[in-house]
Order: sequence, then structure tokens, then C-alpha cells
Amino acid sequence: MNIDIKLEQENAKKHIEAQGLRVLVCAGTGCVANGSLKVIEKFKNLGADVSTLSGYDKITIVPTGCHGFCEQGVLVIIPDKDITYVRVKESDVEEIFESHIKNNTPVERLLYTDPHTNEHVHKNEDINFYAKQTRTALANCGHINAESLEEAISVRGYEALFKVLSENNPDEVIKEIETSGLRGRGGGGFPTGRKWRFTAANKGEKSYVVCNGDEGDPGAFMDRSVMEGDPHKLLEGMAIAAFAIGADEGYIYVRAEYPLAIKRLRKAIADAEAAGYLGKNIMGTDFNFELHIKEGAGAFVCGEETALIASIEGERGMPRCKPPFPANKGLFGRPTLINNVETLANVPVILLNGSQWFSSFGTETSKGTKTFALTGEVNNTGLIEVPMGTTLREIVFDIGGGIRGGKKFKAVQIGGPSGGCLTEEHLDMPMDYDNLTKAGAMVGSGGLVVMNEDTCIVEIARFFMNFTQHESCGKCVPCREGTKQMLKILEKIVAGKGEMEDLDILEELAIAVKDGSLCGLGKTAPNPVLSTLKYFRDEYIAHIKDKKCPAGVCTAMKKIVIKEDLCKGCTKCARICPVAAISGTVKNPHVIDQSKCIKCEACVSACPFKAIVKE
Amino acid sequence: MTTQSASKIDFSKVDEIIQSYGAKKSNLIAILQKVQETFRYLPEDAMIYIGTKIDGLSPATVYGVATFYAQFSLEPKGKYEIKVCDGTACHVRGSMPVLNAIKARLNIKSGQLTTDDGLFSLETVSCLGACGLAPVVVINEKVYPQMTSDAVKLILDTIFQEEA
Repeated sequence: MNIDIKLEQENAKKHIEAQGLRVLVCAGTGCVANGSLKVIEKFKNLGADVSTLSGYDKITIVPTGCHGFCEQGVLVIIPDKDITYVRVKESDVEEIFESHIKNNTPVERLLYTDPHTNEHVHKNEDINFYAKQTRTALANCGHINAESLEEAISVRGYEALFKVLSENNPDEVIKEIETSGLRGRGGGGFPTGRKWRFTAANKGEKSYVVCNGDEGDPGAFMDRSVMEGDPHKLLEGMAIAAFAIGADEGYIYVRAEYPLAIKRLRKAIADAEAAGYLGKNIMGTDFNFELHIKEGAGAFVCGEETALIASIEGERGMPRCKPPFPANKGLFGRPTLINNVETLANVPVILLNGSQWFSSFGTETSKGTKTFALTGEVNNTGLIEVPMGTTLREIVFDIGGGIRGGKKFKAVQIGGPSGGCLTEEHLDMPMDYDNLTKAGAMVGSGGLVVMNEDTCIVEIARFFMNFTQHESCGKCVPCREGTKQMLKILEKIVAGKGEMEDLDILEELAIAVKDGSLCGLGKTAPNPVLSTLKYFRDEYIAHIKDKKCPAGVCTAMKKIVIKEDLCKGCTKCARICPVAAISGTVKNPHVIDQSKCIKCEACVSACPFKAIVKE
Repeated sequence: MTTQSASKIDFSKVDEIIQSYGAKKSNLIAILQKVQETFRYLPEDAMIYIGTKIDGLSPATVYGVATFYAQFSLEPKGKYEIKVCDGTACHVRGSMPVLNAIKARLNIKSGQLTTDDGLFSLETVSCLGACGLAPVVVINEKVYPQMTSDAVKLILDTIFQEEA
């Protein structure tokens, strides 16, 4: 071997020390949208004059990947000063610079405020959102410059690959992954080690490793964050997998909706190849691994492994029959190992810290940590990583800081369009693969959408069915036609035209779609309907029998009225109404003509006296 | 498919794109993406041309692939491509009122992709992975976080002013 990783690490650390004061600014998709590039620019301009710095001869602005706390972006972390600033705008930079960097006085108003205690929090670790997390796959995201190979190496990047190559025992690597208990993080939860063993057993002339980065579940963005924030960890995981199963070529399939991830991966691959960590004769050994990126083109079904293979081959992304499994006959007819981004990102960590360490986290059947994208109606939205078996209550109320605006918790939709709803009764259930399946949901990719009392469950079921119906590739008739019929029924119910027997038909169709579909999309498409029917049947019945939407969401059943006693006759509503449905004279109560009203609610927000309400 | 006169399309550009990726069936999606980037849509003639140029493909297969993936458009997109995210997180936080506000401001009907003046095209997408900022609207790659009906109208007004 021609690379000494320890030496490289020392050099990388020296390089980082030479950066002086490091100011980490998040440059993930979320923070960029909030203007982080301008914040970085401003910091750079101010930091150019080093004579003004106290205690440092240099300041380095480090654009990092996603910290996960997207809601509070732009995030600025200064590790040497133990501080995290939130919601930083370009106009705040000068104050941070003058007050804190030059004069050591923190800018209190830019600190995170705990919503419960109303106190300012200085340190990253003390913010509730971060305090309860255990980060392994995401460990480096937000703490290193995602576009620098050196920074990746300073946090032990490619050390696991070095170890694996110097020990030169592929079988041991597979064993280590097997005993770690790692299961596929993309949804299915298949034991990763076993998948590796199957693929290795078929080793012939040529094998492939494919990374599934087609994160299609709406509401999930952990894979994006890994690819944007710590791309080298993914590349290292893939190289280790390739070594273990005897592959020399690999593909990363990334959805086209993630341009930043694609850009960073391309740079990471080029840098790693130039340094001898990828490509031919890696680290001076005879192991070769050539890596390509394939951009998806917007098809949810391509997250299914055989459809993904078809898409890489340039075809329509339609699932194929299994068997043969990709482990036997996959990409271009060769044995192929397909793992998800998060699964592969766990690989280097397991090999560095040992399978024992990894399996010390989690539950009996689900080991390690899992990332969840926590979104919807919680105070702290963002990306989190917790040990398997963490309860929903800890996630929603401790990390998520509870429901926004003091509203009541209603349900959590987990696992995207393939998943299901969890309710109050599940709040204390330890979340792992098996418990969630028992509850009629699934871990899926880990999207957690929190819903409050204002969310209509039937409308959400319709939303997911609309999604899967749209994304059904059309190969299997029960999925293609069944989802369409299910959607029609749900549309009928939210339009206030449902009948009680519709519920039975829905359930019957659900079984047909589940049983008659080839791939995971069809097999799980009815889940959101089934689980909401199980836990919120009352709400369906209210729509059908009482023609009422308890959450007041479904427009067909919504009535907007002006309260006579509160209306001062200011005419504001009549002026804003786009369809001239409101009439009345000045200083006299107005009325809405229900036959004209399109329920846009423009008047509700316009009324200064809160006299217009939804019924 | 609508027919377009062949003279409108510069085949040398298509040739260049095929060359840059390699005339292989497995590169079809990447080639179509580049063609769409160049022409702002997939002209029928370009699809036929690609289908006859690459071994193992036919115009029908190319058309099949082009219509399978949501990213491809067979009609020209606007100068400003507006994407309203309707992923779960955005949906729960009110992406639909935002979409309706855009439709009203642009006077665009359901099912219509591009405005008559070719300035704007409007579509919904499943998820852009910016769920922490929901609801999100993207106009030509720029992500606008935490949108409301009023905020999006202001953004459109600014574009209208620039274009006026």
C-alpha cells in the first residue's frame, strides 16, 4: 500500500489547525434557500483583514453540509467559541464579527431560544433538538467542509477503507456487517450483511455496487443531507462494499431534484480518484473501483431496486420480476449489490468502531441509529438521528419541541406513501422495524410528518393515494387500476359524496392492490388508507354521514360565514373577495353568498375583527 | 404529438449531445436531459433522431422513456419555470393555497403548463427535500422558503416588473 492513512490524517489536521478560527456556515439546500451564500460572502469580506482578529492570525469560513436544523437556518457555528447562531441574515454578520469574533461578546439576539423556557442557548449540544440525538451516519454533516477531501480525512474518512484493504479479507468484512445487525435504511429493512453475502456468492467476471440515492418519499431528505454534507463517507462505504463482494464498478443513482448533491458527489469522486482513494489500484493495492453518477428523471418507482436498474440501463423505470434477484442477475445482467445512501454511510462507522459498538444501540431486532426527517406541525423541524427504539414521544415532544402554536397532537405519518399513521396510543412505543410493521406502518425511509388537529386525515389519505396513483408505473393492473379506483372513492368522500359502502370497497380494493402488485410501490400503496381507516374511521364516517370535515379542511364541506355581531361593516372582505360573493353596506354586517363562495379564505385573513370564520 | 417543422431544430446540437455522452442505450436518459436543457423541452424531431441514431433504440422507445419520467416535457417550458412542492410536509403546511395564488396571478388554467406568452410554466413536484422550509416554491433553481399566497404574489410581481 502506498498510502499511510495515519500520516494523511495528521497532515489534514495540521491543515485544519492552520485555518485559524473556523466559522462553520451551513450551505445545505435549506440554508442556501435562506441566503447562506450571502452570509458566507459577507463573512469572507470581513475576515479578509486579519489584523482585526484577537487571538487568531487567520479566520476561515467553512461552508458545510446540512446540520439538520433547517427551520432555524441560516445556521452559523463557531466551534472554538462554543456557539451556535440561528436564523442569521446577511445583515447580522457584521454584528457577529464585531461583537463576538473581535470582542468576545456573544450576540444574544441570534441565539436559539428554547420555546419552553424562553432562555437563550449558547452551545449546539445544549439545544434540545440536538441534545437527544445520537449521530453516526450524520456525524460529520455540518461539521466539515463537504467539498474538501482533507476535511473528510481529518475526521477519519477513508480510514475504514484503509483498514479493510490492509487486512485484505473480504469475508471478514461481510461477517462484521452481518454481526452488526445493520438493516437496509431505505425502507425494507433487509439485513445488509446477508445481502452482501448473497451477492458475493455469485461473484463472476463482473459485479456492480449500486447506491440508491433516489430518495423519492415526499417528506424525507436524509439521503440528500448525507450526499451534500459528507459525500466521502458514502463513497468510502461503497468502496468497502465493492471490495467485500468483489465488484470493480459502481453507480450512484441520484434523483435529479437534488442538483447540489450531484454537484458535491461529482467533486468528491474526482478528488478521491486524484488522491488514490478511488479508481485504479486504490491506495496502491490491486483493488479497483470506478464510480459513476446516474441522474434520475423524476419517477418515484425508481426507488425500487429493479426499476432503478432498468433506469440506469436507459429504460423506463419499471420493476422486474424477482427472482432473479439483483444479487444474481442485476445491472446489465450481472450480480449487483444495491444499498441505500444511509445504509452505506453506516458501513465505515461500523468497521471503525466495531460491530459490537454498533449493535449496542437499538433494540433486539433493529440495531444502530436511524435518521428521521421530522417535518410538519412541530416546533423544531429538521433532520434527526436517534437510536432505534426511541419513542415517538421523545422525537415529537423532546427533539421536535412539541406541536407548533400549542395545538393538539393528532397523528404522525411515517414512511411516506408506503407507510401509515401513528396516533396518540403509539406515542410510547419504541420505534423499530418490527414494531412499526405491527402497527400497520413502516420505517420506510424515515419521513415523519407530524399532524395536528387541523389536519384532515381523510384528505391526507387522498393526498397519498393521489401520489401513488400518479407514480404507479402501470405494469401491474391491480396497482394501475386499483389505485385509480381507490383515489376516486377518496375524492368522492372528501367532496362530501361518500357512502358507507365505499369504506368496504376501499378495504377490498386495498387487498387486491397489495396482493396483485409486483413491487413495493403497489404492495404498500394502500397502507395510508388502511391505517387511517383503522385509527380514524370516525373521521371517514363524519365525512360520509354527517357531511362534515372535523378538521375543517375539506372545501366541499367547509362553509365560511361572517359573524353578525363581530362584523363592523368595514367592507374590506367584500373588496378582497375574488368572486364578489360578499355583499353589504358600509357599517352594516356583511353576508357571504354561499352559492358564489369558492372558499379561498381570502376574507378570513383580511378581516381585521376576526368576524369571518370557517364552519 | 404535435408535429414541428424539421427546420426548427438544429440537429448538430443533438449530435453534439449524443457524442458527449456516447451513443449508448444506457445513456439515453442523460442525453434526453441535456436535449431538454438545450431546447427547454423535447422536440419530437429530436426524439426521432435519437431513436434512429443509437443502436438498440427506436423512436418509440425514446418516446416511451420520455413520457415515463416526470422531468421530461414534450411542450416548451416557460422562461421562468415555477415548481410548487406538494410533498407531504409542504402539503400539510399549505402548498395548495400557494399554488392557487400563483394560478390566479398568472391566469393559468388547470392542465395548462405554460402561459400563453411563454413567460411562465407552472407545475407541482412531489418533494424537493427542503421539507424543513415548507411550503417551498422553486423558480428556475432558486428555492423560496416558507411561502404564503401573499409572498408568492410579491415574487411574481417583481418578475413581471423586470419583464415589463
